[in-house]
Parts: sequence; structure tokens; C-alpha cells
Amino acid sequence: MSDTAEHTEAAEPVLTFLEKVHAKAEQDQVDGKYAAFEKIEDVGIDQGVARLTPEKIQKTINGVLKGECGTRMKTYVETCVHCGLCSDACHHYLSNDKNPKYSPVGKVKRTIWNMLDKDGKLTPEECREAVIVAQTECNLCRRCQQFCPFGIDIAYMISTVRRISFKLGITPQYIQDTANSHSVTMNQMWVKDDEWPDTLQWQEDEGRDEIPRLRIPVDKEGADFMYSVIAPEPKFRTHLINQAAVIFDQAGCDWTMPQLPGWDNSDMAMFTGDFETMGRVKKMHYEVAQKLRVKKIVMGECGHAFRSVYDVGNRWLGWRMPPIEMVHSIEFFAQLFREGRIKLKDKYPEQVTFHDPCNTVRGRGLHEDGRYVANLLTQGVVEMSPSKLYNYCCNAGGGVINCGPPWKTKRVLSNKIKAEQLARMKDRGINTIVSPCHNCHGGLEDIIHHYGLEMELKFLGDLIYELMEKPGAVE
Amino acid sequence: MDTSTWSWEPGERLIVDLNACKDKYEWIEELHVSPDGEKLGAVVNVQGEFSACINGEAWDETFERVWNLKFGPKGQLTGCASDMGEWKFVVDGQPWDDTYGYVWNTMFSKDGSKICTAVQQDMKYGAAIDGVLWENLYENATGFVLSDCGNHAAAAVQVDQMGQAEIDKFAAGIYTVAVDGKAWNTKFTNVFGLVFNPDGSRIAAEVRLNLYDYTIAVDGKPWTQTYQGTWAPTFNPVSGAVIAPVRQGGKWTLAQDGLPIWDFFVNCWQPQFSQDGSTLAAIVATALGSWTVAVDGRPWNVTADAMVSDLVVSHNGGLIAALGKTGEQWTAFVNGKAWPNRYDMAWAPVLSPDGEHVAAKVEKNGKYTVVVDGKEYSRAGDNCFDPVFSPDSRFVLVKMVEGGKYYRRVVPIAEFK
Repeated sequence: MSDTAEHTEAAEPVLTFLEKVHAKAEQDQVDGKYAAFEKIEDVGIDQGVARLTPEKIQKTINGVLKGECGTRMKTYVETCVHCGLCSDACHHYLSNDKNPKYSPVGKVKRTIWNMLDKDGKLTPEECREAVIVAQTECNLCRRCQQFCPFGIDIAYMISTVRRISFKLGITPQYIQDTANSHSVTMNQMWVKDDEWPDTLQWQEDEGRDEIPRLRIPVDKEGADFMYSVIAPEPKFRTHLINQAAVIFDQAGCDWTMPQLPGWDNSDMAMFTGDFETMGRVKKMHYEVAQKLRVKKIVMGECGHAFRSVYDVGNRWLGWRMPPIEMVHSIEFFAQLFREGRIKLKDKYPEQVTFHDPCNTVRGRGLHEDGRYVANLLTQGVVEMSPSKLYNYCCNAGGGVINCGPPWKTKRVLSNKIKAEQLARMKDRGINTIVSPCHNCHGGLEDIIHHYGLEMELKFLGDLIYELMEKPGAVE
Repeated sequence: MDTSTWSWEPGERLIVDLNACKDKYEWIEELHVSPDGEKLGAVVNVQGEFSACINGEAWDETFERVWNLKFGPKGQLTGCASDMGEWKFVVDGQPWDDTYGYVWNTMFSKDGSKICTAVQQDMKYGAAIDGVLWENLYENATGFVLSDCGNHAAAAVQVDQMGQAEIDKFAAGIYTVAVDGKAWNTKFTNVFGLVFNPDGSRIAAEVRLNLYDYTIAVDGKPWTQTYQGTWAPTFNPVSGAVIAPVRQGGKWTLAQDGLPIWDFFVNCWQPQFSQDGSTLAAIVATALGSWTVAVDGRPWNVTADAMVSDLVVSHNGGLIAALGKTGEQWTAFVNGKAWPNRYDMAWAPVLSPDGEHVAAKVEKNGKYTVVVDGKEYSRAGDNCFDPVFSPDSRFVLVKMVEGGKYYRRVVPIAEFK
């Protein structure tokens, strides 16, 4: 019987993962998921828009454009020749059937140009469109800037739209709540003052099961560096603190973490345009490090926080550069390997691919350091195309994932291009993505899940912790 | 801090040889030294339990964990200790009577007679002074401060509950200031930068009136003027006027009781009066990446491109010092002039009682020493601690660890060359 069945039933066609992505996207179209983008509701936006008046709109828009934007904005606006070369740089545009409204220049047209053309006299509905563009259709990833013949920083222009939206009171609910958390607790996850050292202590306890002499030194004045993280680590991904502690301990590092607020380097206020809160959070971050008299700050594997501490927040305060040397984990791990302070007992058994976080690669060019470390840890990095400086964003960054559940489907579907890129890797037998950024993990996890890509995500720290020699560990 | 009872006999004393006590403990954590230099303390691991040692001798009791070790101005050694899932606050080995859900953030009164900590009890928050916890505890409390005399503690407190992502409720204001557990009547979107006046009878704070407007509130009453931003205020110790950095038109100045009193800077923070109220200084940025100190509104010519920190002002304002960092190197700025040498790290400047000398702990090439008026002490150690001037300003207490031995040295100022 079974023999007969095998010979008579048609064999299931085996789809490549790329074909699966295309099939899923077609089904999403049929299911009306793309069309539903237009019907997304958000309490923060909708209730805010309902409160707008023509006077408030014009005064706010012109207050920001004329009062806060100087030569930089004027130069960008007057320089752009509308050539559209930025279009193919944008994952939103590429993932939405090359609809021109999603092109970078299209997004500027729907926001800043509209505001300038109308002298700030937008309708509430146009304000609604502007904030949706700025907060959910642009990740401020700066890929388009790489392709603009004039190097126009469209992310700056869209950031300005976010600033205007914040001042209009129409910021999406969930990211506004995150900025509120920053303003109260100086971290993005409402972690209370006691919960932070308590978490460090139980992570230290966990770590001592493996390394009996492990310490997470709190408030160690004069240590070489302060290690700072983003609040999701003590809140959800506590093992990352444990892993970092083990890596630093076994590499013989002299390090510390602060007892009081200032330990969180993240910054959603930067992404809502609440620059006053951004400045306060960054001031505290550097001041707590200064009080500990550390020579540098090493930060965990996060992209957006790097942008805030290295580029944006520090400069808003008047510091031309970070007042205390700021080192991303990518660089720090590379340095530990180069100095022979981490030795590997094993290698990850597969080849991997490497997803570059926009803010560490286009913000500081850390792509080669990342590959140096990943190549040491694995059977080698297989490059996605495009990659490095030209890598596609995960579509979680820039605060887009922080806009929360209402926008999740739009976020995932608007990065079909990334799903295709990952699928091509999967079809080549690559099962693991290394990415040194929390937001990238969040965004890529959702894409992997939605398109059924069955790939695994790793931080560099995950691999180092797993593969390094640990002379201090119990047998 | 009363230094008159300390030993100011010139010369060196070996306080403890750490090499001799290493075998007693599994490990010894970071070293701390009492202000008078007579005691060296550290958290120690005693066969898997934790305690603190003073000059090599551990407290009688051990705990599951000891952390946040600090010496108070009177030389008492304090720490937070956990046992059986509860937290205790321990002073010289003796726990306070109450246990807590969590205890942290130790603060001392200026003379060291009072000790205050932040406390979480049953997921509510407040402060305890000498073990007496506030009667009212709150959903959350941040930014704890203790008055100089130590009789009053305050914090920014959450007075209403808030559900997940209730952004309108947040913007309407659920935070205020609580002093000794009693909350102001007015609620704000945020409260930051609390500061008591010198006798602890008044308190000022930065308040955010909504998502956009900031001002200063004094004893619950906000100034009528609002600003784009503020930093922590300070009281004029003589007139009682309140001064705060405020942001208008994207630039910063100081405002007194609401009105600008200085020119505008790229930034301006940490305003500080002399004790006689005659002089007002603050850290300012005159341009992006150009930091200095302004005194009565006039910036010094000396600037640092990285940062300026740790501003101190003498009693009569005649001596003002701060640290300046250019590139990766630190020095001290004193009355507008930089010390001649540069250091890998520097600690907060210390002023002599007569207002004539400045001292600071510094690090160079992995060794630590003390600098007075720009001149280095002849020895450098594996560690040293903040210097203290004698009451007559003729000597400097140098507390230094060399080769595992901790020495207390009283050094005439003339020996710094």
C-alpha cells in the first residue's frame, strides 16, 4: 500500500526560502495587510491630532523650522534637485513595491517641503501623515545619504519632523511612554533605582555558579572603564549582563558599573525629538562615569545608544566629542582579541552572516572590527549583499520598533527586502546571523518569524561567552 | 567636617600591612579610607560569606553579601548587607534595627552625625535617617538628597498610580517633591535636581510643568517664568535667593528667582556660591567644545576642549578651582590658570581652610599621588585617597598605599615641590 501511495502522489514542490518570502508577501497582499497600513490607530497620534488647532500647528512648525534649524536645513532644502537617487537606498521604498511616497525624497516632500511650502499651515490630517512618516516610515538609518550625490542627511530632516511632532503633542503612544520613562528613571524601561543594583547582584550570584570568584564591581572608583547597557538588559535580557561580567572577568579587565542612575546609555527621547530629555539623560550618563573617575565607557551591543552618546546627545550639551572616551563593544571585543586577552576553546561550528547596525557602521565604521571578531569565533562570515556601509536597516532602529504593537505588521512588511536578503543567505545554508545591536535583534527576530526563515540570532557576546576559555570556571 | 581633633603631627605612620592579612580572606575588595586616614576598610570574603574589615580586622558578623561600603565624615564605616533575603544597613558592624526590601544610596550630613539611605519596603519607596523610615512611602522615588545638617531628606516622588503607557496621565503630572515623607500639594510632569538651603529649612527643585515647559519650584511654589530647560538650582547662602541654569532660545544663562542675571552660554551648569554669598561661579561652555568656569558671569580665559568638572569655591570666593580635561589629559584650573602638569586622571580639588591652597589626588602612568598648588608630592603609590588640609592650612594629610602597605602621612605644604 505505502509503495503505491508514494508512486501515485505528486511530490510537494520544495520552495527555496527566497520563494517562501515571495509567497508570504503575495499572501500578505491578498490578506490586505499592506492596505491596512492606512487604518492603523495610535492613541498618542490620534488623540494628539484631535487637539490641534491651526494656530498651534503653524506656530509650532515655524517655531522649530525658523527657531531651531539654521543653515543646515536651508542648505539641504535648497541643494536637493529631486533626482530620486536616494529611492533605491530605502528599504521602505523597496519593500512597498517602489511606491514613490516611501522614497526618502518622497518622505521629505510629504513633511518638510509641505511645511515650508505652506508656511507651516498644515491641516491636522497633514500633521498626522507627517508624524507617521517620520516615526514609522523612516529609521533615520542614513543609508540614503550614502547614495545622495550631495550627501544630504535626510535623517536630520526627518528628525526635525519628529521634533515638530513632539512639540505638537502627536508622538506615537509607546515611544512617548519610553521617553517618559527616561525622564523619570533615566532609563528606558521604568527600571527603578533599587532594581538596577539588585539585578547586578543576582546576575553576579548566577555567574558565581560558573566562576566562583566572579564580581560585578559596583561603584569601583578609578576602574579602567565603566560598562553601560540599555535598560532591556536588566529588564528582559539579564543573561547578557552575566555574560559580559564573565567575559570581562576572564579577560582580566578592571571595570565597574554605577550604583545610581546613569547606567543606561539608551535614548528614545532622541528619537521622539524631546532633545531636552535626551540632554538630561546623556548628562547623567557622563557625569556618573566622571564621578567614578573611569578613563572610558564601554557600552554594550546597541546601535542607537551609540548614536546618542557618541554623536547627538553629547553635542546637544556642548561637548564636541564624548567627554569620556566612548567605546562600543564591537571595538572593545576586537581589542581584547588583538591583545590576546580572550582565548577560544572552540569555534562555532557553522559559517554565519553579519548584520551591521546602521549606527555603528554608518556612524563610526565598525564593520571590519565586527567581522574580525566574528571570523575568529566562527567558521567564517559569509557576506550578505549589500553589506557593511550599505547594509539594509533592520527596520526596528530609529525608534520604529519602540512605536509598539500598533505598528508591528507595517514594520515587518516594510522590510521585505531584508527578508529576501536573509532568505538568500538561508538558501546558501547559512543559519545564523550575528548582529551586535538590540534593536536589530528585535527587528530581525520579527522578520525571521513572519517569513519563516528559521535562522538564529547571536550577539558577539553570546558567542564569546560560549566559546572562550574560562580558566576561573569550576569543572 | 571637624578636622581639629585629628592627629596633625608631621610624619609617617604605617596603619596596616595588607600583605599580612591577605591569607585571612578569600578576597579583599576595593579599599576605602576614613577621612582622618586612621582606618582602611574593605569588603572581604570570609569563606564564602561577606563582611567588612577595618585595618585588617573583620566585623564580627558575616552576611550573604556586603556592598556600598562608605566611610562617613566621623569615620564610621557603613555598608548594605543582605541576609536571608532581607537587607540591613550596617554601621561599624552593627545593623540598624529594621530590615528592608532593599537599601542603597548612602548619604551623610556634613558633620557625619546623621546617616540617610534610600529604602524600598514592600515595593514602596522612601528614605531612612539613622534607621527611622519615612511614615509615607511612594510608588517610586528618585533623586534623594539630605540636608547639610542631616535632619531632612527629600526625593522626587510618584504620588499617583499610572498604568502601562498612560501618556496623558503622565503629562498631566503625577510627581512632586516629598520632604521627610510629606509631599508638596502641587503635582508636576517631572521633578529633578532637588537641593536644600544650607540650614535645611527650604528646598528648591527643577520642575517640568508639561512635556515642554520647565521652571524652578521653591517650597512647592513654581517661578512664574518658564524655560526650555533647567539644571539643578542652588541657594544664595546669605540672601536666600534661588539661582538656576535656565535655557532660553537654545542658550543657557543663570536666573535668579526667575530673571536672567548672566549673559547666555552654549551651556551653563553646577552654579555654586561662596559661603559668604559674595561670589557666584558656574561651569560654562562658551562654544561647542570650549569649556571653562565663569565667575560672576565672566568666563575664564583658560578652556578645556573635553570637559570641566568638580567646581569648588572657597568661603569668601577668593579661591575657585575645577578640573579641566583637554584631549585625554586632566589638570586643575585655579582662579583662571591651569596647573603646569597633565594627568591621566584627577579627583575633585580640595581647598585649604584659609582659602590659599588647592590639592587634588591625581593618577599618572598607573601611579597615584597628591598635587598641591600644581606641585607634586615626592612619592607616588599604588593607590591614594583624597587629601585633607590641616585646620591651620599648613599641612596636608596624604593617605597612600605602597607595596600593599597603607601609610598615613602628614606632610608640610612646603614639601610639595
